[in-house]
Amino acid sequence: MPVPMPLPPDSVVEIVPTLRFQWEEAQQAYVLLYPEGMVKLNESAGEILRRCDGKRTVNDIIEDLQHQFPDAELDGDVREFIEVAREQGWIRTR
Amino acid sequence: MSKAGSVPGDEPIPLWLLAELTYACPLQCPYCSNPVDFARHKDTLTTSDWIDVLQQARALGAAQLGFSGGEPLARRDLSDLIGEGRRLGYYTNLLTSGVGLGEARLKALKKAGLDHIQISFQASSKELNDFLGGASSFDHKLKMARLIKAYGYPMVLNVVIHRRNIDEIAHILEMAIALEADYVELASTQYYGWALINRDQLLPSRHQVARAEAIARRYQERLVGRMRIFYVVPDYHENRPKACMGGWGNVFLTVTPDGTALPCQAAGQIPGLIFPNVKQASMEWIWRDSPAFNQFRGLDWMKEPCRSCPERLKDFGGCRCQAYQLSGDATAADPVCELSADHRHVVDAVDRADEAVAHGHTEPPPLLFRNAKNSAALDG
Repeated sequence: MPVPMPLPPDSVVEIVPTLRFQWEEAQQAYVLLYPEGMVKLNESAGEILRRCDGKRTVNDIIEDLQHQFPDAELDGDVREFIEVAREQGWIRTR
Repeated sequence: MSKAGSVPGDEPIPLWLLAELTYACPLQCPYCSNPVDFARHKDTLTTSDWIDVLQQARALGAAQLGFSGGEPLARRDLSDLIGEGRRLGYYTNLLTSGVGLGEARLKALKKAGLDHIQISFQASSKELNDFLGGASSFDHKLKMARLIKAYGYPMVLNVVIHRRNIDEIAHILEMAIALEADYVELASTQYYGWALINRDQLLPSRHQVARAEAIARRYQERLVGRMRIFYVVPDYHENRPKACMGGWGNVFLTVTPDGTALPCQAAGQIPGLIFPNVKQASMEWIWRDSPAFNQFRGLDWMKEPCRSCPERLKDFGGCRCQAYQLSGDATAADPVCELSADHRHVVDAVDRADEAVAHGHTEPPPLLFRNAKNSAALDG
């Protein structure tokens, strides 16, 4: 499988429309729902994907998260997760 | 296909609700997962009964909702139920043969909010497909699969795999590519109910399984990022059992057409258990407190060799129904496990399959098709 090029930081990202992203009260977590399956997201994955709304760029998302979690060093982790999410087919660029 | 799971130690949540709306079906597949005595069970849940079930299960945390049967399209209120499911926040899955579907219906289901359609084929050739289904359906299925994609649904193409179609696996995958399926489930026949009756005609040989697995792997590698292919070797060909349903009463809840609540579709056959009915009890009581759903929860019910087995948290001792079917004891280890005292039943069945395949496919007795007449006859 060819290694995809990393996303340029000004890419606008969104959750792939055939997936459903939602908060599940019973699981106290965000989940991704797809045909006959579900991924329960940990807190940071949920916070990142919540912002992949088809309006924000990767940079916007990082900035926004940095604002919410000022003490965290999260730039590298967010970029890495976004690449993984893209490889998994959860998000795409607009 | 990867199923939703919960972490051991958590309070179990019925993440998966399977609504078996009706046992009516235009097809007669001889491996049907419906109970052998389905003909005596009537569709007694009304639209409002079902809506009540959906609401209660959603409140318990159910997130995936499957509409199944029989053929769920045989229910006229299907769109209403899908609409309610979607409104409640479920991901809605329709598991259908495609028979009874047409463009107007597809449009109505889309409007109601249906998220995904799983369409089943019996084979990739018209002749075998129509033989196994007991009705002419292949051309219609092709047409419906194309329409499902045209309407923008994600599509799972499901084919139940067994001795008669396993050698066509490459052809099946080519068909799936041509139809632009997003996911393909090469669902190895599970030997319960109708399939158990027909096991000596359906179980593939070791050689067939090895070949099919190699072909499936090749296609999986080739189609990364385009199409997801799920193929799990039939458990009879393994020496460790499957983690059936992700554990009894752990993630999965089925409601049958007459309102019986089951931890899996085959559980109704286990003697001594009284399965609750949604018309008499709340879903919360059924899931959390009913004796039947608690019977095989956790590890306390296990006996040796499971009780002290280091793998007991991985496979939960396998399938309770299979243990009952093959060893006569629902608390025994699943005989698929080579540590089970009854493992030889499984090995013998595979040996017989090897021999039958070596001598050709058409040996008697013929397949017993799933229909109301045969159901009544078997029910005695």
